Amino acid sequence: MPSHPKLAEAFVKDKERARWHDQSLWFVRSKRDKAVHQLPEWELLREQASKIKSYTVSHLPDLLEEFERNAKAKGVHVHWARDAKEHNEIVHSILQKHQVKRIVKSKSMLTEECHLNPYLERHGIEIVDTDLGEWIVQLQDKPPSHIVMPAIHIKKEEIGELFHEKLGTEKGATDPQYLAESARQHLRRKFIEADAGITGVNFAIADTGGFVVCTNEGNADLGTGLNKLHIACMGIEKLIPRASDLSVFLRLLARSATGQPITTYSSHFHGPKPDGEMHIVLLDNGRSEISGSDEFRRSLNCIRCAACMNTCPVYRRSGGYSYNNTVPGPIGSILGAAHDTKKHSSLPFACSLCASCTDVCPVKIDLHHQLLTWRKEIRLKGLLPLSKRLSMKMMGWMMQAPRLYQFAGTCARWVVPYLPRFLLYNRFNAWGKQRELPDIPKQSFREWMKKNHDRK
Amino acid sequence: MTASKDHILSQLRKQSVPKTELPDLQDAKLKAQWVTYADPAQQFSDTLESVGGLCWRVKNIEEVNQRLAELPVYQESNQICSLVSDCGQPTMNVNEVTDPHDFKDVDFAILPGEFCVAENGAVWTTNDGGPQRTLYFLSQHVALIVPASEIVPHMHAAYDRLTFENPSFGTFMSGPSKTADIEQSLVIGAHGARSLTVFLVEEPF
Repeated sequence: MPSHPKLAEAFVKDKERARWHDQSLWFVRSKRDKAVHQLPEWELLREQASKIKSYTVSHLPDLLEEFERNAKAKGVHVHWARDAKEHNEIVHSILQKHQVKRIVKSKSMLTEECHLNPYLERHGIEIVDTDLGEWIVQLQDKPPSHIVMPAIHIKKEEIGELFHEKLGTEKGATDPQYLAESARQHLRRKFIEADAGITGVNFAIADTGGFVVCTNEGNADLGTGLNKLHIACMGIEKLIPRASDLSVFLRLLARSATGQPITTYSSHFHGPKPDGEMHIVLLDNGRSEISGSDEFRRSLNCIRCAACMNTCPVYRRSGGYSYNNTVPGPIGSILGAAHDTKKHSSLPFACSLCASCTDVCPVKIDLHHQLLTWRKEIRLKGLLPLSKRLSMKMMGWMMQAPRLYQFAGTCARWVVPYLPRFLLYNRFNAWGKQRELPDIPKQSFREWMKKNHDRK
Repeated sequence: MTASKDHILSQLRKQSVPKTELPDLQDAKLKAQWVTYADPAQQFSDTLESVGGLCWRVKNIEEVNQRLAELPVYQESNQICSLVSDCGQPTMNVNEVTDPHDFKDVDFAILPGEFCVAENGAVWTTNDGGPQRTLYFLSQHVALIVPASEIVPHMHAAYDRLTFENPSFGTFMSGPSKTADIEQSLVIGAHGARSLTVFLVEEPF
């Protein structure tokens, strides 16, 4: 598996584009700040949210059973899936029973995690992602690069070209209004023709057996309102104990995500429509294991607002694809490492430990601490690349020997200024790839202290 | 399938997770810290406008009808539906519709809203989930008619009013549908309504 730095290389090379990407995300982060500052009780809300989620994780099996009981009482079919494969098979079997040929799906990172689209397509079922951003990347045959704004990395010129090719819109069109309108017209037909609607779940409520789906586009509501069959797919950590807990989470979610006071539509589904059928698929896929870890349990608090990636200096400058994980950014690096440590062993290192993610997280996940802890785990599992292992070993050795350290420092101050560039900037010096070493001082701090203070 | 359920639950029960407390959201000290507004209707109206919606504070349904008649998108509408009696000039009888697809050409829908939330410009709408539920999302333009007295300051007060005992469908709607998926440029009218007008009506209707 190519590492994060390797995958980021191409993205970073296009400096102008990387800068544009960085600024787009910083714009979203700034909108978040503005919205947050309008609520004096923001920190109090975060605290409640964090406590509610901690309680949920510590009572998860009981709450899941309560949820199932209440959902069934309202006429909902509840399914349990251990992993992605079982999840996809369950969804497919429901669709088969109803002889579904065409599906409209609203945004769901869980179905991305399970690779549901290619699975259903292989079985001859058309599945259309109806969130505009997710549909754009689907037309490109690519995954989302961001969990809230899936096409944040694509320029309008490229979308214009894509739409021209796939939908026959005017060549060279770049006006977002025109392009979004073309998508609306095209997808309206898909909504009308579909046989079933699939949605994700933002929050599932244990004490009512219902769930909430949030969108700005209204696509989840169109997809489920027009069809008799609604399948909702969720991770088991999406649960909250009480309906009143939604008051806390709906105040936090959109403000953290895009700086809106609330999403345009926050729809509460409690049971199927009078002549319809509703299914909920509960997916584990490694989540139960995370709940047992004292270090990483809090990563299950995540409500997928993406505030951590919008603020992350590494994500903003390296792009979502460099993470090679359904969820990128700080939280994605934690979840990815938990899911497959070997495959994602470079992700916890894609972090400057600046802690900005921890500051903005609405459910108070200690993101940068967990990233640091993952580094330790990865080292213990022997998954560090040789370059890191060697340099750390050497550093550790030298730091333990003061005389050696002083000697090395003196040598470096004498020799480095005269070294030719190829000896300083080569493949062993990853740090120096895009940076110049600082000027080497004439004396060390120790020497300076000796000269200026020790005499007194 | 029960095998998977049992497996997941036993996986979870196997983990030793320290039990933590659930916060009491009804705690008076906590509730005292939630934001309040001197004029909730004004706050609602301002917030709704900031998310692309429009708010009219009117005396009665007659005044709603006057305002609607002045609204260009209403004037241009061919198919109009109304779920509020004596409101608007509906061109189709919604009660005869059994298939929500029959609403696909509705230009303007006049629909009831239960109450407004001042902090975020949202209106709570609900129904039994029958075909009429689709009108809120499929219509090109939507007007929501809400009693002016029904405004709560924030989401905590909103959920104090809601119970979900029976099968139901309900949505907080805050402004018209929108997307910023193309280079962060805001486009109003994604898949749902292209415009949302909320009428706060003083007199009972």
